[in-house]
Amino acid sequence: MSSIIPATSLTAQTIAEKVQSGEWTALETLENYLTQIAKSDAEIHAFNTVLEDEARAAARAIDERVALGEDVGPLAGVPVAVKDNLCTKGMRTTASSKILENWNPPYDATVVKRLADAGATLIGKTNMDEFAMGSSTENSAFGPTRNPHDLTCVPGGSSGGSAAAVAAGFSPVAIGSDTGGSIRQPASLCGVVGVKPTYGGVSRYGLLAFASSLDQVGPFANTVRDAAIVHEVIGGYDPKDSTSISEPFPSFLDAIEDGVEGLKIGIISELMGDIDGISSEVIQKTREAATLLSKNGALVEEVSIPASLYCLSAYYLIAPAEASSNLSRYDGVRYGLRVDGETLAEMNINTRTEGFGDEVKRRIMLGTYALSAGYFDAYYGKALKVRRLLAQNFDEVYSKYDALLSPTSPCTAFKLGEKTSDPMTMYVNDVCTIPSNLVGHPAISVPFGSGSDGMPIGVQILAPPMQEALMYRVASTLESAEK
Amino acid sequence: MTNADLKDGWELIVGLEVHVELGTATKLFCGCVNQFGDEPNTNICPVCLGLPGSLPVVNEKAVISAMQLGRALNCSVNRSVFARKNYFYPDMPKDYQISQYDQPTNTDGYLDLPSGVRIGIERAHIEEDTGKTVHIGSTGRISGSDYSLVDYNRAGVPLIEVVSHPEIRTINQAKEYVEELRGILLALGVSDAKMEEGSIRVDANVSVRTTNEGGLRTRCEIKNVNSLRSLGRAIEYEANRQIDLYENGESPSQETRHWDESAGRTRSGRSKEDAEDYRYFQEPDLVPLNPNSEIIHMIDQGLPTFPSERRTQLAALADIDIAEIALIVERSHDDFASETIRAGATPQMAIKHLTNNLSDGLGKLTPEAFTSLLQMEENAELTSTQAKKVLGELVLKGGNPQEVAAQFGLEAIDTDQLETLIDQLIANHPDEWERFCGGEKKVQGFFVGEIMKSTSGQADGKAINQILNARTSE
Repeated sequence: MSSIIPATSLTAQTIAEKVQSGEWTALETLENYLTQIAKSDAEIHAFNTVLEDEARAAARAIDERVALGEDVGPLAGVPVAVKDNLCTKGMRTTASSKILENWNPPYDATVVKRLADAGATLIGKTNMDEFAMGSSTENSAFGPTRNPHDLTCVPGGSSGGSAAAVAAGFSPVAIGSDTGGSIRQPASLCGVVGVKPTYGGVSRYGLLAFASSLDQVGPFANTVRDAAIVHEVIGGYDPKDSTSISEPFPSFLDAIEDGVEGLKIGIISELMGDIDGISSEVIQKTREAATLLSKNGALVEEVSIPASLYCLSAYYLIAPAEASSNLSRYDGVRYGLRVDGETLAEMNINTRTEGFGDEVKRRIMLGTYALSAGYFDAYYGKALKVRRLLAQNFDEVYSKYDALLSPTSPCTAFKLGEKTSDPMTMYVNDVCTIPSNLVGHPAISVPFGSGSDGMPIGVQILAPPMQEALMYRVASTLESAEK
Repeated sequence: MTNADLKDGWELIVGLEVHVELGTATKLFCGCVNQFGDEPNTNICPVCLGLPGSLPVVNEKAVISAMQLGRALNCSVNRSVFARKNYFYPDMPKDYQISQYDQPTNTDGYLDLPSGVRIGIERAHIEEDTGKTVHIGSTGRISGSDYSLVDYNRAGVPLIEVVSHPEIRTINQAKEYVEELRGILLALGVSDAKMEEGSIRVDANVSVRTTNEGGLRTRCEIKNVNSLRSLGRAIEYEANRQIDLYENGESPSQETRHWDESAGRTRSGRSKEDAEDYRYFQEPDLVPLNPNSEIIHMIDQGLPTFPSERRTQLAALADIDIAEIALIVERSHDDFASETIRAGATPQMAIKHLTNNLSDGLGKLTPEAFTSLLQMEENAELTSTQAKKVLGELVLKGGNPQEVAAQFGLEAIDTDQLETLIDQLIANHPDEWERFCGGEKKVQGFFVGEIMKSTSGQADGKAINQILNARTSE
């Protein structure tokens, strides 16, 4: 099997230290990554756009500031790949959709601005499932991304480009968005760390909305610490996002090495067995992780989140419902693709028919139906009830446990084309990750060995809202034991 | 038109939906300037253009204004949420409107009309305005136009939609309702409330039923009404159209109808069957508004005195029927009136001048000058015609009425002098006098005119008539 995995990878932490100290320049650091991209991205297709010139200009500016003795920031000279659904001023932002193929936003997403302010260099915009709808990055209008561990496999999705970019050594860290697992599942399939923050922990301003009540932006990295560093940079209150949390979060880094001694960790029993397509290897690895945590002094036992069984159904009503509304604006009137017609309605229809891919159309139709008069209560209304019930379940469990453990993805990376014919088999990939989105809690996927196919397996740590510090502690323990 | 003016046996039922544009400095969900009449597409940003990735942040001032209006309309102010109203139209940047649906900010209030009627208010909710579309081409409507231009300056301007219960029974009440609402908005200072600039837009839900019939019949929603006059005409036309249908054995269908001002009729718009399913759901980009009792208390404390209360106060002070002082309150001349009355002016006389002779404003007139003018008239130092003339000058240039009257050489002619003049006139015109005594009323004008001419208008018309009448019976 053909793979493109660098022998060693630098951490963002190391790069920032070396660049800030003047030992390395931001420019030469960047060039190394650009060389790797030039060499291998044709095969992997992690990027929709590589921002060579812009990144070089940014790197030079950082080097100048370092030369002047300025403190450039925690990501000094660190290249960052950003998912192509985050707005970058004057730089193409497509959401991997034909409908936005040539759209240049007039503004930066808050996350993009914070990265730049922290000294990062934006190396490129990564491929994704169109409008973040998918679990394999095969739903991109610009072609699929391939898994760096095996080019015949998918990298997961929807943030497959960002996960692959970190795994392939195209960028030390990357940014994705997670609506039902779109950071954690590709992180698991590509063998990197991926984090979905507490809802409201990272600004959504400038994130092209898929499902507003579920979307969160988060980091990919090679190490748990790098993920926490990037998370601290992009997180925090943003007055431009009304759902942003204004209270400060405890530091993600201060306690990261504190271990798990005395913590009570629950294994979600509903996600450990009777699920369509869940592999015994994945369950086995999750149990190994549990054992490891107990060995490190945590109390680990099985707990029940009964409502998790209904999450997939609830999610595939709520997310499409919100999406059907969020994607209405792509109507050919103001920006993006326009396909003319005899009448206004015809122009709208032609534009959307040609501009959206099948999965996006499928979800717009599902969501429109779920919100329609006469069906609202039976579908959308009921899904909201599941969501409330799930939140109660979690509250009860978190009254007794500090964090929870589960698989991230039910299986390792699958082959391109393997699950495209039946949407349902693809949707099941999100079964373990969706609960955190529905309740707005943080969760992380940490690489934890590989399957008999040689492909990476990740395990998931879930924590109560705003308890990322704890989540990173547990994840860091798993990571150091694994290494 | 009152109910009595509808065809016998029929009753009018009207509910009004009034959209009020708030006069906040910025728009509802972004920092763009909220201003009417600027160059198209100059007050816009990613948020009010609904660009991908942009998010709304609610304007606190607009929310407070909405709650103030709610309290002014005697509503309860509730925990409320925003909802998305989904439909496609080019002037709506996101192809959904952020509005409120099942949990509006204000519910269950009422509005007291000057005529004494109380109209229930169902709700007053917050929503964003759309942009403006101009269709270029022969028809001026979207179908058949060559192309269309959209101005997004208005997109995202804060609106309050005030929905009444169907409790309005006459055209006059409908007009009073809108006028009264305007008065409240102006008193609050939350909107310039100009119907002609669209800062107040009124839709009327009109139905009819036979007198004493319970329940409501099918209503039609009348749109495109741009003035109070149009509102009255549109309701009258629509009510009669519906009555005619019923009397011909047909019935109106529930639909939106557009008022055509030049043709003086309503035209069929969208029927209930074609009505859009707006697929309302809670706006996930915004958090609920949850005012605590302190905020409500603070709002209540800051409310100004509203027209209905001002009318009550002035009517009590002047001991005059509310209907007679409504106009004075509407012109905000009630403080002036009260001061004059308190200074000793006869209320009836003050109200008469304020209503009839001061409609263009008070100018440089001071309450002191007005009071002393009224006293001069009362003491018959000036006739009412002379008083009006002096009043005009006081409004224009200020000063005190004694001096102005002296400048104009005005003083009321005393009765003895007037009687002598009239007797001379009768003696000189025996034929006319005989006709006048024979009951030919139009000759009266001749006598009054002649006296006015010979006194340069300083005689009191009323006194002349009294003397003439007295002479006929002698």
